[in-house]
Amino acid sequence: MRLDDPDYGTPASASEEQVAVTIDGSQIKVRAGTSIMRAAIEAGIPVPKLCATDNMESFGSCRLCLVEVEGRRGVHASCTEPVREGMLVRTQSEKLAKLRRGVMELYISDHPLDCLTCSANGDCELQDMAGAVGLREVRYDEGENHLSAAVDASNPYFVFDPSKCIVCSRCVRACSEVQGTFALTIDGRGFDSTVKTGAEDFFDSECVSCGACVQACPTATLMEKTVVEEGVPDRSVRTTCAYCGVGCSFRAELKGDQVVRMVPDKLGKANHGHSCVKGRFAWGYANHPERAVKPLVRDKITEPWREVSWDEAIAEAASRLKAIQAEHGLHAIGAVTSARCTNEEIWTVQKMVRTAFGSNNVDTCARVCHSPTGYGLKQTYGTSAGTQHFDSVLHADTIVVIGANPTDGHPVFASLLKRRLREGARLIVLDPRRIDLVRSPHIEAELHLPLLPGTNVPMMNAFAHVVVTEGLVDEDFVRERCDPESFAEWREFAARPENAPEVVQEITGVPAADIRAAARLYTSAKNSAIYYGLGVTEHSQGSTMVMAMANLAMATGNIGREGVGVCPLRGQNNVQGSCDMGSFPHELSGYQPIVDASVRDKYESAWRVKLLPEPGMRIPNMLDAARGGSFKGIFIQGEDLAQSDPNTQGVEAALGNMDCVIVQDLFLNETAKFAHIFLPGTSFLEKDGTFTNAERRINRVRKVMQPKSGRSEWEAVQDLSAAMGYPMHYETAEDIMAEVASLTPDFAGVTFEKLDRLGSVQWPCNDTAPEGTPIMHEAQFVRGKGRFMLTDYQPTDERTNRKYPLLLTTGRILTQYNVGTQTRRTSNIEWLDEDRLEIHPADAETRGVRTDDWVSITSRMGEIVLRAEVTTRVAPGVVYTTFHHPATGTNVVTTDLSDWATNCPEYKVTAVEIRPANHFSAWQEVYQDRNQRQRELLPEE
Amino acid sequence: MSRVLVPNEALANALGANELARELQVRGHEVIRTGGFGLAWLEPMLVIDGEAYGPVQDLDALDAVALGPLAKLPELVRQQRIVFDRCGHVDPMDYDPSWLLEQLEREPREIIEEIKASGLRGRGGAGFPAHIKWQTVFDAVCETGAPQKYIVVNADEGDSGTFADRLIMEGDPFRLIEGMMISGHATGADKGIVYLRSEYPLAAEIFANAMEKAKALGLLERFDIELFIGAGAYICGEETSMLESLEGKRGEVRFKPPVPAVAGLFGQPTLVHNVITLCSVPGILDMGGKAYAEIGTGASTGTSTFQLAGNIKRGGLYELPFGISLRELVEDWGGGTRTGRPFGAVQVGGPLGAYLFERHLDTPLGYEDMAALDAGIGHGGLVVFDDTIDLVQQAHYAFAFCAHESCGKCTPCRIGSVRGKEAVAALASGEYTEDRLEVIDELCDLMEQTSLCQMGGMTPIPVRSALGEALSRKGEVN
Repeated sequence: MRLDDPDYGTPASASEEQVAVTIDGSQIKVRAGTSIMRAAIEAGIPVPKLCATDNMESFGSCRLCLVEVEGRRGVHASCTEPVREGMLVRTQSEKLAKLRRGVMELYISDHPLDCLTCSANGDCELQDMAGAVGLREVRYDEGENHLSAAVDASNPYFVFDPSKCIVCSRCVRACSEVQGTFALTIDGRGFDSTVKTGAEDFFDSECVSCGACVQACPTATLMEKTVVEEGVPDRSVRTTCAYCGVGCSFRAELKGDQVVRMVPDKLGKANHGHSCVKGRFAWGYANHPERAVKPLVRDKITEPWREVSWDEAIAEAASRLKAIQAEHGLHAIGAVTSARCTNEEIWTVQKMVRTAFGSNNVDTCARVCHSPTGYGLKQTYGTSAGTQHFDSVLHADTIVVIGANPTDGHPVFASLLKRRLREGARLIVLDPRRIDLVRSPHIEAELHLPLLPGTNVPMMNAFAHVVVTEGLVDEDFVRERCDPESFAEWREFAARPENAPEVVQEITGVPAADIRAAARLYTSAKNSAIYYGLGVTEHSQGSTMVMAMANLAMATGNIGREGVGVCPLRGQNNVQGSCDMGSFPHELSGYQPIVDASVRDKYESAWRVKLLPEPGMRIPNMLDAARGGSFKGIFIQGEDLAQSDPNTQGVEAALGNMDCVIVQDLFLNETAKFAHIFLPGTSFLEKDGTFTNAERRINRVRKVMQPKSGRSEWEAVQDLSAAMGYPMHYETAEDIMAEVASLTPDFAGVTFEKLDRLGSVQWPCNDTAPEGTPIMHEAQFVRGKGRFMLTDYQPTDERTNRKYPLLLTTGRILTQYNVGTQTRRTSNIEWLDEDRLEIHPADAETRGVRTDDWVSITSRMGEIVLRAEVTTRVAPGVVYTTFHHPATGTNVVTTDLSDWATNCPEYKVTAVEIRPANHFSAWQEVYQDRNQRQRELLPEE
Repeated sequence: MSRVLVPNEALANALGANELARELQVRGHEVIRTGGFGLAWLEPMLVIDGEAYGPVQDLDALDAVALGPLAKLPELVRQQRIVFDRCGHVDPMDYDPSWLLEQLEREPREIIEEIKASGLRGRGGAGFPAHIKWQTVFDAVCETGAPQKYIVVNADEGDSGTFADRLIMEGDPFRLIEGMMISGHATGADKGIVYLRSEYPLAAEIFANAMEKAKALGLLERFDIELFIGAGAYICGEETSMLESLEGKRGEVRFKPPVPAVAGLFGQPTLVHNVITLCSVPGILDMGGKAYAEIGTGASTGTSTFQLAGNIKRGGLYELPFGISLRELVEDWGGGTRTGRPFGAVQVGGPLGAYLFERHLDTPLGYEDMAALDAGIGHGGLVVFDDTIDLVQQAHYAFAFCAHESCGKCTPCRIGSVRGKEAVAALASGEYTEDRLEVIDELCDLMEQTSLCQMGGMTPIPVRSALGEALSRKGEVN
């Protein structure tokens, strides 16, 4: 049984022109440039095919899709033949039938006849086509064949069985055209043509396990191991990936209530049927044995956990929190929402804080990633979100990637971006590291500016300097769309000599000529777009940098249409949503300020409570207050503060100083080791609701299986709120979204019904934009006139010196996701099961460090030990590591410094020294000890 | 001291021309290394003060191989050398660009009109009217990126028994440069790439020298030429595979449309021509298209550079008007089989060409005449066999060749060639069952009609012509 959507064989034509053709007697109108195949299939006329699939360019190799065209000699491959006005096409005739059978006979003469025991039985296009063309016998004698070719099972998620390969090249084309990795090729020629990676096997090759080849394969040659083991799924549920901010749509394919595989959804508007290794394959954590599915309670963190009922856990949580408020005051408790949870779950938590807790002490983990984006874009443009939809990149001529590593962090968007680069767009990369985009197969950055960590702002100011001093300002745009006064000030500021590239080169370490060339390249293109990540925001000047980029885009007229914009690549699946839902201490949903009485009025009458006008505490404030003893209780949903927040030892001290730490999560994470009450959470497969991705797209998350915990997060929070005296009355997630829409202007038009009907919508979605808004600020900025903000450079207090001569910057790798709670519990760890320190050969040499050596990183905050990787990906003076493994404790060394405006931590700049080491650091020993003790406190199975 | 022309040409060199040249120099003669005349059976052939000698083995026994004055050598003077008029007579590097520069002053439209009037058709095998391609490239609008049109020269001369491209590139590389620059001028292309097979190192060296010389003459300022050496795949002689190969990709056939003239190299409008097609262009402009069209027969205008090889007494290249009969070529020019046995068959147009027999020998060599026999002229190569030819083996070889050289992209060619080879092998071992013959026949239909390119599409031609003849003779014996 086929679960996928119809495959039209070739991509849709973009032409506006219509042509009329007649296929098998049916009159059909299609876009000019459409293949005969697609025209036929759109009209419901099936055409046999094997090498054609509609997410790749036509290829014309299988020769099954032959048709006859009136007035033309011979037969024609319908996949490669475009329709012409008035064409008369026949897809069926005796001659065609015979030829198709002949082609199929050739295929089957080199194919195992084991259909009944084949993993693709029932899900095999070759099998379907053999049936469709009516092949009844293979008349050739047994001859040369590939039937004994060896299986490659090296990849943890799929097998490659070349004995079943029909050499249609769909996998090779998927790897090239869709993913853009070019890990696969056809080796040999003629009958010896075989699909090969550049290495011995898939695992050791350049394959990034995105799954595009597996999905493209029409046979069992490339097949998910889960399907090999469990059989072909029999039903599917459309939902949204819960990893990064791309927000890929998937079909969860199931047998009963067990997921057999996750297949990217062609109808998904963020991913168009593409995926990465995480979303496609790394979902097994949902069934991991360490999954905690029962509520747990203990009095002290040194005591064993007790398994309790939900009711008991909720009652216990409510009474402890109320007791704290009774003793220490209203503000002694708060909550942290998660960018991993649904909008509906987040909404419920912030509402509980504002009603049942009676304060504004709610913050989101977006605090530590993209809070400067919200601030900076709101100040300049008037809205706290990225300006574009992802597909906009296909119209960009110059693309600037700043402080982001899309091929690892946002792989599916990276594939789209790389496609545009292969089409000829030019690329500028601003990053201390030589990320893969700088140079990989068939793409190369025209300019890579490897600036020193912490010097984004002077770099962007230098861009601005070039723009204003070389006459590159888009004067018409500025005059019509921007605030003249702020522009005049900004122009004067940018022109100052201290912003000249020749001065800034001393700060950034990037030659002035390169800075000038980059600024000119950005300005000279018809459409230039900026894409950025946490390398922009996670700095003490994160907000300044966001505004500097926004200024530049305005000054050059690169805002408000396809192909341009300022586009944050959000780290987590629902960072955007967690901000939109008002889980900020100073803002209600849709960025409505809590200090605004009219805003409060609206919520107060809806919720029938009095809201406090003063903003509550941000996460760092809560932790500070906890260390100080005035903040005693916290509800943390789906966020692992102890691993993800900076200065781990400070976080641990804060958590250890509280009386009631409530953690709701899938696993007993690092924070749960400091918790008194644990509420089991649900994985995305068990949720019903919505996620909002980096392009403001609200995607539906649908329940694929029942919550293992027995209760959705919003139900648990609703119960806790009720137990604390404020009952909510939601029956479904849909009810929650209805309330969001009623109180949030940008969401006014959002309903589950509409999302189900349209697939997704991008907010603002309201009466003026009932189907959503792909591109912001088209006619005018949300705030009216675009406002230029001055972006003085205040260097971070974190400086290198003789004791800490190197700058550490942190990030992540493709196969792991953030603190690794999920990905570490999948086979993704087969690629890399530790955090490693990247260090330049020159720095390694002087310290006697070689690859694989154990080294210590010491900063002013602490010390950790990990293994080194000597590489020129990092520049001299810069070292890099990831933070996926709690045992590494990367954030032990990061500092308390943060963005001046939003407190987003400065993860990206820490002065450190590296030394060879032969034992773990003191913190790591404490960690290992605690880990062992906490393990012993878990309830017996 | 004499003035001696010594060919610097691969065949002549293999037969001792280099040694002869050195010896002549030692003896104090003025030695001029020229191209070959293409008279293979006379190589190494020397021209000493206008007197021809060949094949020369011993400089002290020249009288035994005296051929008389070059200007009267019948094997040359009876030809109509338009492409090869300079080849053999001159040092290839001794070039005066003035004629070319004059041509480059002409209006592009006017040049295309001349080509149209000449009726020139592609000499690579397909026989497609050249002016249509020129006009298409001329009219093409560059869709993507910076406007750039290309001239790509197919010098991947892989057909068995062909050597015309090699001879001209070794002997008169400027003829090709002229053709490229004129076609570039006419179509608006300012970059030309020659795709040369790796088995022609001497042609590569001489052509590279000619490029240097062209550069020194300032010619490359207006038209850039690049020499690209292939990697030994027959299929890269197919124009779209060649373009893939030039793009640095695996040599794999592209589907058409779009044709290269619309979207060719790197997606840009590209004029792809065989070496000899482009080398015919200067002669056409020189004599005028109309005059050129009067040479030849019917729609097969001008001259073809026939190459006689195989079991033939006087093998070599003969540039003659289209319309000459196979018999004239094989018997008069070629002198019959080298073994002296009765003529058996001739395969015309390379490994994908038809086997023709005694009864076909009076057919004129023209595109249409050959098509009437389900045969073609291909690149003008003829491989002659005597009566010992094993036609079933030849049918087997046709499939085997296809199996060996198939790019592997399309199913009929990739798998069909192997199954065909196996089926004919079974046939050769004596199993002439009706079923098997039917399978082979259907396979031929399938490959002919459904293959992506002519590699698989034309393989049935030699199979059918050889096997058909074998079967009919078998019937006679029975």
